Amino acid sequence: MSEKQGLTVIVKTVTRAILPVIFLYGFYIILHGHLSPGGGFGGGVVLALAFLSVMLAYGRPTAQKWLNIRILHDVESSGPLLFLAVGLLGLAAGGAFLLNVLGKGRLFNLWSSGFILPLNIIIGVKVGLSLFLAVWALTEWDPEKGDDT
Amino acid sequence: MIIYLLCFALFLVGLYELMTKRDLIKIILASGIMGYAVNLMLVLFGYRRGAVYPILEKGREAAAMVDPLPQALVLTSIVIELGTTAMLAALAIRLFNKYKTFDITKIRRLRG
Amino acid sequence: MPVDIWLIFLLSFMILGSIVALEIKDILSSIVAIGVVGLAVSTAFLILQAPDLAIVQFLFEIFALIILVRAFIRKDYHQLEPARLGRLTAALTALTLIAVFAFSVHAFKGLPEFGRPTLATAQYYLDHAGQQVKSANIVSAVVLDYRAYDTLGEVTVLFTAILGTFTILRVRKAKKEGGEK
Repeated sequence: MSEKQGLTVIVKTVTRAILPVIFLYGFYIILHGHLSPGGGFGGGVVLALAFLSVMLAYGRPTAQKWLNIRILHDVESSGPLLFLAVGLLGLAAGGAFLLNVLGKGRLFNLWSSGFILPLNIIIGVKVGLSLFLAVWALTEWDPEKGDDT
Repeated sequence: MIIYLLCFALFLVGLYELMTKRDLIKIILASGIMGYAVNLMLVLFGYRRGAVYPILEKGREAAAMVDPLPQALVLTSIVIELGTTAMLAALAIRLFNKYKTFDITKIRRLRG
Repeated sequence: MPVDIWLIFLLSFMILGSIVALEIKDILSSIVAIGVVGLAVSTAFLILQAPDLAIVQFLFEIFALIILVRAFIRKDYHQLEPARLGRLTAALTALTLIAVFAFSVHAFKGLPEFGRPTLATAQYYLDHAGQQVKSANIVSAVVLDYRAYDTLGEVTVLFTAILGTFTILRVRKAKKEGGEK
């Protein structure tokens, strides 16, 4: 943990302590999308803010050592493919595209309402990684080093 | 009806600033204002007096609720507007890279 | 009714805040003022009984602020002398928009009055979402079961916009010295 980059020591320590809580909150909002307000989009942006706090508190080089940006790009690009795969499940079961074919449990259970739960997880992960990688790309360009292509 | 007219006035304020400002950053902010006004107008169309939010709870499964359709549309719209704002910011950075200014009257030629 | 008074107050605050935000000369102040307008929109969503939208609007607006501040703050930015495109153009635009506003009063009289919507399709969704989909959040049921095709389109649009951002900024996976033009 070098002292020259990122913010002060207090901010770094508090970020390390509070980061699991932010991830837990984001997953809670995603998983309970069919029982309470929120859902995939709100929980996804909480996950993006968790990644972003790592980048802002520790500076870009340290964050690049911790996170594997290539794997994040690949996971984020497979989001729409998984959504289409879930939709084709409905087609394969003999109905229309995107028909709700998984079992629906009782009301107010966590494992209820068909494929809304997997879709929420797919959307949450995809939106979170997309937004974080957009900010990562926007801060890559450094004006002091001059014009690159 | 006063509420609908005030919301439309917010949209027109954003439109006026979009058309008469010379600074690219102010143009991006004005398009954000127009997006807020449109989303608010759609949710205003769906409000019902004396109704509650559209979530079923254990003791309250048959109450009067507000219209859930505009809320679903506006949810999609908010997410897409963030993607558009990110793309506009990237365009503005590349334009500054080439022309060293944010003034739209000086950005005249289409250079690669 | 308190809901009407709150909404009129919030909308006037938003109009005033957006005029202030777009006339200030300092970039950081105008971006923060847009953030305040977004916060007022989120409060208005709470008053209109839409908690899903209030959460999503608040968080996405914070993210838009972060993107704008990181993109525009470290530039060598000179102040522009005349801030708009000429007095004649500005006056003509203002007159045209005031005329549009005056004609729209007649159009708004034809809408159903505020607080009494015509729930043609939505009544079916509200009645049957508990039994058919067994999901307690009806907005989630509409977005991800009754209208899932629109959500597929939205995921595609978001993916394309972020891909466009990467392409415009020319993000490369391995940095090369002396790259191609």
